[in-house]
Amino acid sequence: MKHKCYALLFAVFCMLQAIAQRPSATVEMADTLRSNGKIYVVVAVILTIFTGIILYLVRLDRKLSRIEKDSINP
Amino acid sequence: MKKWWWKILCIALLVYTILAGLLWNNVPRLPQLQETIRNLYFHVCMWFAMMVLFTCSVVHAVKYLRNNNLRSDILSRQYAVMGIVFGVLGYATGAIWATFTWADPNLPASESFSAIARDPKLIGAAIALLIYGAYLVLRDSIQDMDKKARIAAVYNVFAFAFLFPSIWIIPRLLPSLHPGAPDGEGGNPALNFKDLAPQMRFVFYPAIVGWSLLGVWIATLKVRMNFIKEKNLLHEA
Repeated sequence: MKHKCYALLFAVFCMLQAIAQRPSATVEMADTLRSNGKIYVVVAVILTIFTGIILYLVRLDRKLSRIEKDSINP
Repeated sequence: MKKWWWKILCIALLVYTILAGLLWNNVPRLPQLQETIRNLYFHVCMWFAMMVLFTCSVVHAVKYLRNNNLRSDILSRQYAVMGIVFGVLGYATGAIWATFTWADPNLPASESFSAIARDPKLIGAAIALLIYGAYLVLRDSIQDMDKKARIAAVYNVFAFAFLFPSIWIIPRLLPSLHPGAPDGEGGNPALNFKDLAPQMRFVFYPAIVGWSLLGVWIATLKVRMNFIKEKNLLHEA
């Protein structure tokens, strides 16, 4: 009985291992980039650029609103 | 700043697109595409934004033909310009993506290029963008304000009508590298619920809305600028 349990456990473990291994074995993805967290560096850089562009847009929008106000009642 | 809420929505959706699009580990593991499948949230959205902007443009063109208000003409032109910008961005991002997925590394670059450049969707999109480029040339070459606006509006309707065969219908009928071709997976990956991995839709649809709103935002800024510039003309009308 005990041996059967161990065998079953071993089989389940092997299956889990196979499921976990299968995708990375067939298709190479950027798993290292994710696991060592360097992906956050890329995301931080992109977000910084994006924030800069958005801040520029918001400033432009505000400036236009001001000019619009001035042009209606000078 | 008029009507803040949709601008905040736009920023929120785009931040979500960047964060979830790059970090969320939910994309299918496909050979050849690999991690570049995340370009779906950026490259494809450019085309959707272009389509939204061109639609806004044609709506205002038809409005102009109905009411002869030069405001509609300015709106129509600025939306068309932003549409072209997004189309060019779509083209540029597509070129980068294709270099790393469709190009055969074993062949010389020119041979890969000649194979990729035959893709009907590329040719169709190029024709569509050139037609819109001609719209700007035509519009800005006419001196008389009213004549300019009227001819541009009529041409805009023609250009919009041509978008459908050139980027939606013909690429679906011919063998193509893009998804949705009859010889490939078939179907309609943009709208059909079975042709895109379901979990990718949680990022893809917000991304489409976000990028489209960004295009509309920039276009409205230019429209407002032109309203101020043409203030005297618009008050006369």
